Amino acid sequence: MKNVKPRVKVPKKASAGEVITIKTLISHPMESGQRKDKDGNVIPREIINRFTCDFNGENVIDVTLDPAVSTNPYIEFDAKVPEAGEFKFTWYDDDGSIYEDSKKIAIG
Amino acid sequence: MTMTRRDALALAMGGFAVSVLPLPALADATADAIAKFTGGATAGEGGLTLTAPEIAENGNTVPVSVDAPGATEIAIYAPGNPTPDVATFKFGPLAGSQAASIRIRLSKTQDLVAVAKMADGSFVQAKSTVKVTIGGCGG
Repeated sequence: MKNVKPRVKVPKKASAGEVITIKTLISHPMESGQRKDKDGNVIPREIINRFTCDFNGENVIDVTLDPAVSTNPYIEFDAKVPEAGEFKFTWYDDDGSIYEDSKKIAIG
Repeated sequence: MTMTRRDALALAMGGFAVSVLPLPALADATADAIAKFTGGATAGEGGLTLTAPEIAENGNTVPVSVDAPGATEIAIYAPGNPTPDVATFKFGPLAGSQAASIRIRLSKTQDLVAVAKMADGSFVQAKSTVKVTIGGCGG
């Protein structure tokens, strides 16, 4: 059983039009499909293949991840905040699971 | 037919050439991946910064960042890995800058490659050599 837990760091407040840095981390084994278990069988690939971030329905970043991304994928990027609203973060797993998180931001 | 020493040598050389030929195919996987991203266009230089450590003690988590003002997409490739693709960033209308950081796996010492697609449709690329002490692809 995978214990997948998304963690996101977003400032609580920003001035209108400000560029903020967002840090995201999700606990996930990111099994590359290259490793073998002790009996020599290949452990099947099991990774998060896509990550997106949207703000009030508009896209900020869309990342395609390949097996070369480390365990517990960490992604840092910048976003523009034109108004108060909500950031939505979505991770897409190989097995079809979707993990979501959201963070509100105020103008002040 | 009798085999002279010269024939034997020629045969051996032929066999050697055949066995050596498939090797460059490995490096081509990266070229193919980049060609798929650029659509065959040649990538220029400049305008893209690829930041990676000179020496990575642990190939399992190597922090890498890319920065290309004015880019719409940036892709990272690791030619020394079993599969060269690492990650592709697509920047949306609300991206604060065309930069991102990520942690990646590297199986051995190699030249990382980043390719950026600029807003005008041109491509630029940057390279950075990373020395890996312990590889990070299991095995």
